[in-house]
Amino acid sequence: MTAATMTGGGRIRALRLFRKTGGLIVSVAVTLLGLLLVTFLIGRVVPVDPVLAMVGDRASQSTYDAAYHQLGLDKPLVEQFLIYVKNVLSGDLGESVLTKNPITTDIRTVFPATLELATFGVLIGTLVGIPLGIWAAVRKGRLADQAVRVIGLIGYSAPIFWLGLMGLLLFYAKLGWTPGPGRIDVTYQYDLPDDGTGFLLYDAAMAGEWEAFWNVAAHLVLPACLLGYYSMAYISRMTRSFMLNELAQEYIITARVKGAPEWRIIWVHALRNAAVPLVTVVALSYAGLLEGSVLTETVFAWPGLGMYLTNSLQNADMPAVLGCTLVIGTIFVAINLLSDLLYNVLDPRVRRRGK
Amino acid sequence: MIHRSKWLAAAAFIAYQASFGLPAQAGTPPDTLVAGWAIDDMISLDPAEAFELSTSEFIHNSYEKLVKYDLKDVSKVSGAVAESWTVSDDGKTISFKIRQGRKFASGNPITADDVVYSLTRAVKMDKSPAFILNQFGLTKDNVDQMVVKTGDYSVDFKMDQPYAPSFVLYCLTSTVGSILDKKLVQSHEKDGDFGYNWLKTNYAGSGPFTIREWKANDSVVMDRNKNYSGEAPKMKRLIFRHIPEASTERIMLEKGDLDMAMKLGPDEIAAVKGEKGIKVEAGQIGYLWYLGLNQKNPTLAKPEVREAMKYLVDYSAIADTLMKGSKTVHQAFLPHGFLGAVDDTPYSLNVAKAKELLAKAGVPDGFTVTMDVRNNPDTTAMAEAIQATMAQAGVKVEIIPGDGKQTLTKYRARQHDIYIGPWGPDYQDPNTNSSAFAENPDNADGASVKSLAWRNAWDIPELTKESKAAAMERDADKRAADYVELQKKVMAESPFVVMFQDNLQIAMSDKVDGFILGPSYNAYEDVTKK
Repeated sequence: MTAATMTGGGRIRALRLFRKTGGLIVSVAVTLLGLLLVTFLIGRVVPVDPVLAMVGDRASQSTYDAAYHQLGLDKPLVEQFLIYVKNVLSGDLGESVLTKNPITTDIRTVFPATLELATFGVLIGTLVGIPLGIWAAVRKGRLADQAVRVIGLIGYSAPIFWLGLMGLLLFYAKLGWTPGPGRIDVTYQYDLPDDGTGFLLYDAAMAGEWEAFWNVAAHLVLPACLLGYYSMAYISRMTRSFMLNELAQEYIITARVKGAPEWRIIWVHALRNAAVPLVTVVALSYAGLLEGSVLTETVFAWPGLGMYLTNSLQNADMPAVLGCTLVIGTIFVAINLLSDLLYNVLDPRVRRRGK
Repeated sequence: MIHRSKWLAAAAFIAYQASFGLPAQAGTPPDTLVAGWAIDDMISLDPAEAFELSTSEFIHNSYEKLVKYDLKDVSKVSGAVAESWTVSDDGKTISFKIRQGRKFASGNPITADDVVYSLTRAVKMDKSPAFILNQFGLTKDNVDQMVVKTGDYSVDFKMDQPYAPSFVLYCLTSTVGSILDKKLVQSHEKDGDFGYNWLKTNYAGSGPFTIREWKANDSVVMDRNKNYSGEAPKMKRLIFRHIPEASTERIMLEKGDLDMAMKLGPDEIAAVKGEKGIKVEAGQIGYLWYLGLNQKNPTLAKPEVREAMKYLVDYSAIADTLMKGSKTVHQAFLPHGFLGAVDDTPYSLNVAKAKELLAKAGVPDGFTVTMDVRNNPDTTAMAEAIQATMAQAGVKVEIIPGDGKQTLTKYRARQHDIYIGPWGPDYQDPNTNSSAFAENPDNADGASVKSLAWRNAWDIPELTKESKAAAMERDADKRAADYVELQKKVMAESPFVVMFQDNLQIAMSDKVDGFILGPSYNAYEDVTKK
C-alpha cells in the first residue's frame, strides 16, 4: 500500500520519522486493531445467528441458551470486543465453532499447505514473469510484446477456477502428466510422520521417504503452475511498464552513447532501477497467494487456509473467520514491512540518506 | 549440517526424477475403497454429538447400537448389541438382554456397564442429538435412575410414559444410541468431560470398521475392525477424501483415483452415466423438500390460498427435467420407506383451479410475497421454477437469496413469507417428522418447541394431540394407520407444500460391488472390489 504509492523524498522522510518515533510499531498496531474492529463488527451485523451455527437447528432451548451464554453474547458489544482484543493479545484467537479446536491450532494445521503452494506459485510467477516483462518492454509494440500481452491477459482475466479444471482435465485426466487433486496420494499418506511440520516436502525429506517426497512434489506442480501463471500475468505487466519507464530515462541514453552493450543496458542499468518497485509487486503477489487462493484450493481439494476460511464462512463460524482475517492482515502488514526494508537494500539513495 | 546434506540429497533426487519424467499413476489399492465426499460439515466423531450427514455415515459404520434396522427394509428391527428385549406390562420399561462374548475394537468385552454408560453419558452431555433420548422423559438429573443395569448382561430402559415400543427402538438405532467402550473412554476422561475432548477425534466402538483418522477438510480413514463379532468386512480400509468441487470429483472418478463419487450433482451424474467402467446406483433417502407458508402473513393464512399454492408448483417438470431424477415427487410429510408413509401425490400444476381458489379467498388478481431461498444451485433453480408457475395465477414471488444459516435464522424467527428448503428426519421413526409438521404445542413467539408448524405459525391444538397419541400407540399396525390419517390431514390443510423426496445417486467404478444404499446412511461392510 504505502510502499507502492510513496516516492522519493516523501518515503525517506517517512522512514526517518518512523525510526525516530518507533511509529512503525504503532502504525502496525493501529492497522491491526482497525482490522480487528471492522471484522468484529461485520461478524455482529451479519444476520446469522452464531449460536445456531454452534448447536444446530434441532437443539433444545436449554442447550441453545447455554451456548449463547458460553459465547458471551449476553454481554454488551463493547465488552465483547474488549474481551476479544485481550484474548488476541495473549495469543488466544478463540475456539472454532465448527471444529471446537483453538483457532491457532486450526490455522497452524492448514497454513503450511497454503504456504507451500503459494511459495512455489510466486517463485514460478517471478522467475517467468520478470524475464517475460523485460522481453515485452524491449520489443515494445512488436510481436513478442503482443504475445506476452495476450498470455498475461488470459492469466489475468480467465477465472482461475476454470483454468484449474481445464488444467486437471488436460494434464491429469487426458495426458496423465500430473497426479490428481490433493497434496499426496493415499498410498503414501502413512509414510509421513504424524507429528510433522505440515510442510509435506520437508516432512518427507526429513523422514527419508523419497517416494512420498516425489509424490508430494508432483502434486504441487499443477496448482503451483496455475498460481504461478496468475501472478506471472501481473508481474510481467508491471515489469514491462517499469522497464519502459526506465528505458526512456536519460541515463539509458547516456549509457547507449557511451557504447555500453545492449544486454548490459537492459539487465544491469535498467533492471536494477526497475527492481525497486518490483519488490512491492512481487511481495503483494505473494501475500495475495498466501491469503489462501480460495478457488484453487477448492478445485484441487487442497486443505489450506483458503478452504478453511471458505468453510468457516459457510458455516457461520465467526471466531474462525475473525482469526483468519487477523492472520491474513498480519501477513499483509509483515510482507509490506519486509518489502520496505528491502527497498533499503536495493535503493542506495534510501540507504545513504536514511542514515 | 545434517539438514543441509539432506536437502542437497533432496535436490539431487528431484533432478534425477525430473530427467526420467513423473512416476506412473498409482490408482487405488485393491483392498482399499477410496470415496470422494464432502466432509466440511463434520464437527465431531463423538456419537453423543455427531449429527451431520457425513459423521452419521462414519459412526453408523463403526459403532453398534442396541438394535438396528434392515437398510433394505426399514420395518425389520433386530438386535445388535442387544440379543432380545421385553416390554413391561405398563409399557414404561423396556428390558434389554445383552449378547455375551462380544468385544469392542480395543478387545474390551461389551457388557451392561458399557450400555448404561453410553446412554447416560449422551443425556448428561446434552449435545444436540440428546433430544432424541430426552423425548422419553430422560433428563440429566434422572437418567441414572432411568437407564439401569440389572445384571452383567441386562439393562432396563425406563420412560416417563408408555411410548410406542417401535418409536423407542427406532430412536435407539440412531447414532446417539451408539454403544461406547466405557473403559477406553473413561481412561481419556479429563475434568469430568466424559472423554469428549478425546473422543471427538477418536474412536471407541465395536462396529465393522474403526475410525483411524480424521483430518479436517482432508480425509477420514477407516480400518477393518479385527475384533468385529459379525462377518469381517472385505475391505481392509476405507478412505473418504474431501473433494469440495464436484467437477474435480468426476475427473478423479473417471481417472480411477476414486472408486466412488458420493457428491456428484445431477449434471455430473447424467454425464458419467453410461461411461465405460462407471455405474450409478440410486436409492431414496429421507430428505424432503417443501415450502413453508408463514401464517403470520394474513393472505397466506387463508385456507383457500394455502390450497391454491399447492396447485401452483409444476412437480413433475421440476423433478424430472430440472433436477434430472435427483428428486422424486412426494407430497406427504413421511418420506417413502417410513412406517405408514403415504405415497399418494394428489396435487399437480393446475392454474385454473388455483385461480378459482384465489378468487374464493378474495384475492382474484393474486398478491405479492417474498420467498427466502438459500444460495445454492438446486434450491435456486426450484425456487425460480415455482416463481414462474405462481406468476401464472398472479402470485408475484420475490426471491430473497441468502446463505443457509442466514435464511434459517430468519425462518426460525418467523420473519419469512415463504421458506423453501429441505427437511431431513432425525431418526428412523415417523414421530420425527410428525412432531415437526403436525405438532405445535404453543404458538406463542417465545415457545420452547420450535417445530416446523411453529415456524410457520400454524396453530393446531387438535392435530398436536393426535400426533402425540400416535407416538404412544403400542399396536404397530394401528400406529401406521394413525400416521396415514395425519399425513392426509396435513397434506390437505397445512401451510406446507411438500414437493419432493431426494434420490441419492452415487457414481462408482463398476469394480465395486456390495455397496448398500440406506435411507439415512450407507453400509460398506459387504463392499468388494474386483
